[in-house]
Amino acid sequence: MSHSSAVVHATKAAGAQRGDQHAAPLLEVRGLSVVYDTASGPVTAVDDVDLTVNRGEFVAVVGESGCGKSTMLFGIAQLLSSPARVCAGEVIFRGQNLVTMNDAQLAPVRWQNLSVVMQSAMNALNPVKRIAAQYADTMKAHGVRNKADIRRRSEEVLAMVGIDKIHLESYPHQLSGGMRQRAMIAMALLFEPELILMDEPTSALDVVAQRSLMLQIKELQERLGFAVLFVTHDMSLVSHFSERLLVMYAGQEVELGETRRVFDTPAHPYSKGLLEAFPSIRGPKVPLVGIPGAPPALSAVPPGCRYEPRCPLAYADCTTVEPELYEVNGVKARCLLYSPHNRPPADGAPIDPAQVPVPASATLLPVEATAKESER
Amino acid sequence: MSTPILEARELTRTFRVGGFTNRRSLHAVDDANFAINGSEIIALVGESGSGKSTIARLLAQVYTPTSGEILFEGTPLSQLRTRADQMRYRAAVPMVFQDPFSSLNPSYPVSHGILRGLKLHRTDLDAEGRRAEAERVTEAVGLAPARETLEKYPYEMSGGQRQRIGFAQALAYRPKVILADEPVSMLDISIRIGLLNVMANLRDVEHVSLLYITHDIASARYVADRMMVMYAGRVVESGPVEEVLQAALHPYTQLLVAAVPDPRAKLTVTAKQAAGEPPKVIDPAPGCRFADRCPLVRDVCRRVTPPLLELQPGHDVACHVAAEGLGKGAESMGEAA
Repeated sequence: MSHSSAVVHATKAAGAQRGDQHAAPLLEVRGLSVVYDTASGPVTAVDDVDLTVNRGEFVAVVGESGCGKSTMLFGIAQLLSSPARVCAGEVIFRGQNLVTMNDAQLAPVRWQNLSVVMQSAMNALNPVKRIAAQYADTMKAHGVRNKADIRRRSEEVLAMVGIDKIHLESYPHQLSGGMRQRAMIAMALLFEPELILMDEPTSALDVVAQRSLMLQIKELQERLGFAVLFVTHDMSLVSHFSERLLVMYAGQEVELGETRRVFDTPAHPYSKGLLEAFPSIRGPKVPLVGIPGAPPALSAVPPGCRYEPRCPLAYADCTTVEPELYEVNGVKARCLLYSPHNRPPADGAPIDPAQVPVPASATLLPVEATAKESER
Repeated sequence: MSTPILEARELTRTFRVGGFTNRRSLHAVDDANFAINGSEIIALVGESGSGKSTIARLLAQVYTPTSGEILFEGTPLSQLRTRADQMRYRAAVPMVFQDPFSSLNPSYPVSHGILRGLKLHRTDLDAEGRRAEAERVTEAVGLAPARETLEKYPYEMSGGQRQRIGFAQALAYRPKVILADEPVSMLDISIRIGLLNVMANLRDVEHVSLLYITHDIASARYVADRMMVMYAGRVVESGPVEEVLQAALHPYTQLLVAAVPDPRAKLTVTAKQAAGEPPKVIDPAPGCRFADRCPLVRDVCRRVTPPLLELQPGHDVACHVAAEGLGKGAESMGEAA
């Protein structure tokens, strides 16, 4: 595969905050593939993903459900359980390959250097234990024995996320959704890890709580200098927070680049489709169409480009030639439009998807897109 | 102006919480007044626990009001006593649920639910007529070919298609108002828009009104004509959707609008502004429920509950500060009478 070496380094690595160490990436994922073993054979949920995260950097992963985002995150954290398993690739974190390490070797890395914040804090926290007990558990597992130290650190991390220390004596059900998620983030900060993996931490919250949690994460990240790998299906959520954006589709990376650039000039038709599926709360109202159809079943991915059946720009080659990640405009995009060999037949010039209107006929079915603008 | 299809007057619903000795009452919906007219989509927005779903359930007669009343085409619901009246109301005001994965019976093809509803509510139709009507509503929600779609089982359909079936079921009853409680929140971003377009289509082609309950403000703006904002059981602002969003008068609406992630806009909210927790509405004291989080709070806000006043034509707000700013302060503070 030609793109295994094609790892994008962020142009402005926020890792500079951490001084001299920013040269080597904190996390380097190379050719990671994850399969689910099913009765009818292995199904590839994450297909040959390359990704680097530098020190102090905020990288977001977006895509529809079933695109392999969470599976990839679990594959990086070595938290997959049967029938899922990493079948190829390596995850180099601080110079160690996590894939080849056993649980005993991983234990000291977890929480200390790398922690995970799960989607639903209600399920991630133990419902029958007080917050203090859960923090103490984690610290004891990593050799902190002194009760006063445990107490002091627990109070410190809670204060960091803006929760009063009296809640150390609370049970998870006594906290609101937003507070539970903050308590989880506080727990992830107990040992000041270099990397925090977050799997949709805000998706159970309403907009106000969501916004306040995102601001808090960003503020802590800037203050403490940890890196974040943030998985979400809500692309608009990360637009102001992440430095780089990885768009996944059907288990593959389809676009990877600086967040602002992907938002302003999406290279891959899928990124563009995702962005256009969001109505705006400002500016003129425009009829939107979303993306017709649904992602393919990973057990039966179409030949050629996996997005081709839904793509408004697809042409003949897309059904047969599997696109690689091509460099375009400073981002990487998995689309034949940017391939040096497979130009669309029309005039041979690459099409800029930003210029191509999505045809109205691309709606799921011929329901007329109506925004009822005539009234005002 | 003609009689609204549905009208709520001082609609209140409380729930008893606590045990025998410390019985208290949770005010889920307090003193709500609103009307739903023909062919319009009203978005009901607010954070979780603000009472949005309780309003839908009151309108669907799942709950009975603690006080206040609901009028259907001018007649209080309490006067719909006969079974025929009840059936007429239920057909006129059906509900579409949030979770398309659990709201359809998995052991029947999707035609089952639609045909049963037709049999119950459209007694004028014979078997052939019901079949034709089922196909018509299936096509109306954008599922074609209708005949084949109707023979599918729910597991053969995607979430977006199932939710369309939910709307087709409701449409089969010839409804006047469809109560849609978070109909798109379980769906992927890419297919939400399709459903929102179906809703707009129902309004424009079938002339059905919708009460669209959501916490997704951008989607509310996309389809709705009017917007009602709820906070802690009270309607705090309501008006034409553009006016409410672009010229919000209530500080809570302003916070809500500012919190919506918008990739096209600059980041404006700071952590301080966005902080705070929704209040408890158990045995509330008088006063504005947003007072503890409000940047504009005054003494009076903690003493007098602000009434919902029409501060601008068609635009109602429950806020002392906004009322004073527009010369209606005395009325808001209860001194006019």
